[in-house]
Amino acid sequence: MEVYFDNSATTKVLEPVKEIVIKTMMEDYGNPSARHKKGLDAERYIKEAAETIAGTLKVAAKEIVFTSGGSESNNMAIIETAMANKRAGNHIISTGIEHASVYNPLAYLEEQGFRITYLSVDGKGHINLEELEEAICPETILVSIMYVNNEIGAIEPVEAISKIIKKKNPNILFHVDAIQAYGKLLIRPKSQGIDLLSVSAHKIHGPKGIGFLYIDKRVKIRPMIYGGGQQRGMRSGTENVPGVAGLSAAASFMYTNHREKIREITELKDYLIDRLPEIEGVVINSLKGELSAPQIVSASFSGIRSEVLLHALEEREIYVSSGSACSSNHPAVSGTLKGIGVKPELLDSTLRFSFGVFNTREEVDYCIETLKELLPALRRYQRG
Amino acid sequence: MQYQSFLIKYAEIGVKGKNRFLFEDALVAHIRHALKRLDGDFIVSKESGRIYAAAQSEYDFDEVVESLTRIFGIAAICPMVQVEDNGYEDLKQQVLSYVDQYYEDKHFTFKVYARRGNKRYPVNSEQINRDLGEVILYTFPETKVDVHKPEVMLYVEVRNKINIYSKIIPGPGGMPVGTNGKAMLLLSGGIDSPVAGYMIAKRGVKIDAVYFHAPPYTSERAKEKVIDLAKLVSRYSGPVHLHIVNFTEIQLYIYDKCPHEELTIIMRRYMMRIAEHLAGEAGAQALITGESIGQVASQTMHSLAATDTVCTIPVFRPVIGFDKQEIVDVSEKIGTYETSVLPFEDCCTIFVAKHPVTKPSIKMIERSEEKLEEKIDEMVETAIRTVEKVWC
Repeated sequence: MEVYFDNSATTKVLEPVKEIVIKTMMEDYGNPSARHKKGLDAERYIKEAAETIAGTLKVAAKEIVFTSGGSESNNMAIIETAMANKRAGNHIISTGIEHASVYNPLAYLEEQGFRITYLSVDGKGHINLEELEEAICPETILVSIMYVNNEIGAIEPVEAISKIIKKKNPNILFHVDAIQAYGKLLIRPKSQGIDLLSVSAHKIHGPKGIGFLYIDKRVKIRPMIYGGGQQRGMRSGTENVPGVAGLSAAASFMYTNHREKIREITELKDYLIDRLPEIEGVVINSLKGELSAPQIVSASFSGIRSEVLLHALEEREIYVSSGSACSSNHPAVSGTLKGIGVKPELLDSTLRFSFGVFNTREEVDYCIETLKELLPALRRYQRG
Repeated sequence: MQYQSFLIKYAEIGVKGKNRFLFEDALVAHIRHALKRLDGDFIVSKESGRIYAAAQSEYDFDEVVESLTRIFGIAAICPMVQVEDNGYEDLKQQVLSYVDQYYEDKHFTFKVYARRGNKRYPVNSEQINRDLGEVILYTFPETKVDVHKPEVMLYVEVRNKINIYSKIIPGPGGMPVGTNGKAMLLLSGGIDSPVAGYMIAKRGVKIDAVYFHAPPYTSERAKEKVIDLAKLVSRYSGPVHLHIVNFTEIQLYIYDKCPHEELTIIMRRYMMRIAEHLAGEAGAQALITGESIGQVASQTMHSLAATDTVCTIPVFRPVIGFDKQEIVDVSEKIGTYETSVLPFEDCCTIFVAKHPVTKPSIKMIERSEEKLEEKIDEMVETAIRTVEKVWC
């Protein structure tokens, strides 16, 4: 049985996504900017996709800018708002558990003279709202906080965060990295007070190389890519029509019967969390319930290195990811796991299981049985 | 303007007496093989201690030079112009046109160095030097003669045809691969073993390689990395037959039965035994390792002695006296460094003890190995029987 539990890394595309990608490559392959009918046909996909996606967020279609994916969205949201608003101040607030595509643009801005405050998180990965309130100062121009943490699935209280920010200074922009949240949670940027929102298609059974950035119409931002002026000049370059059409198909699938789909995924997650304690020496780093995403379970297995367990599972056709990239020569231990206070000896023993719409309860059973079988033997052999 | 051919000089082959033709033919074959894979057609021929590669079509100069500088046995590569002997006046014109074409900026000092292979040529070398020098100076007044340290040394070789060249690109040296037998390289994912393989291949030795894979403790990516390294070595050594041995069972068995601080030494002894067996099957007469004295616990003098005794064929350790930086320098030169430092664990480090023995006595190790008697032979046999072979 092949079991793919690495849906937070990427996902298999849906059948309708595949169909529309092929159609826009083989039939409606025109350049959306072309004046002829082929161009018009292609342009229609872009327009309709923007409307579909805007509909899932209850925002305006012209507030959606298509990008090459989550990393570009995060880069643009952070670097280009900071640059466009630097006269208002040079202070940015973020957290210690962000993805590299948030963290590294911030590090770049730091080199450019910006000051960054990184908020800490509690044992479950949630930020402290009082710490946030204290961090805001007159120079603060941007707050960037992820919606769902990619390693443990913690959901940050974005609405409460926004309220605190806007009460202090309504001009401070609030960017949310929603790459692990979109498709899984109902997101309403307008009522939740989100100014910018980053999304990637391939985490929701769409194609790779496409995503979008929601930009509230009042946000002052500059484009990151200059050229032929496509997408109202906000993101030049011939639109990735197959990608955009595929993203739209995936988004519309995820948000049709959304509650039902999420309930199914949540059940798998809860089922795994319920069964993991059957195995000795397991510490679960993710929560059940509303404070945690429906698709992610992080668990630490004492006395075994995650990379070894990952490869042992791989031999049984179970695909997961290690909680942190680490090897004996290059320790690069995860910021999130450290941030939530995972014991040092467990940092390198952590796996992430992440679910998608194709997974089943039987797969969870198979995974648990396989873990039970593998762990005693693997634990016998250790370094030193 | 494209050079129409290359004069390829070789060094050590020149002194190999009666076997000389074997070395020359091997080198010609390697050059043909290398050029065949590139754009453009070449005729490769040998003629009185020289090899010529004459272009028959358009080709990419940099690509050809890069490819030739990886062929062991080549001492120097000279891009040249070859002209017919149409009289002395014509030669002067040809030399002028060579200078004009290949030196846009004429502000340089030069010296003409003529050699007369064809002694019936009416003008002697001294005279040719003077006459050509004069006509170059006259035609290009920006140039200057410097007979001691010229910036451009213009070679004019009068044979049946006349070769004109002034650029000498150093080759890698060494001897043509395959003229000195074959050896089995123990290839890990590290920096040292590809360098060791390169150095022995340079002496004309054909290379096979063996890698010890320990899933799930080492990953598919680690294996892929070793395949990539073997491919990089093969750019110099020619195709490498890589033997991938599944070593997990043996390693765990040693872990169960033997003292942990001796684990690495005992493991290495079994690697050497298996490598020697595979060498025998592949017709290789020696083993190659990337060990360097004292680099890690398993490479102290005592440890080397303990692993050496299990082998009956010679074990070559070409980087034995190198410092780490010296090995790194070679690996950067041959282009294996970047791949070697990719962070995937190899099987030597997964169970490494906190304090491994550094002065193992052979007696002590042999006593520990006795504890393996029950199953080890069968395990070694299985490992050899299930070896996976990949051409790199």
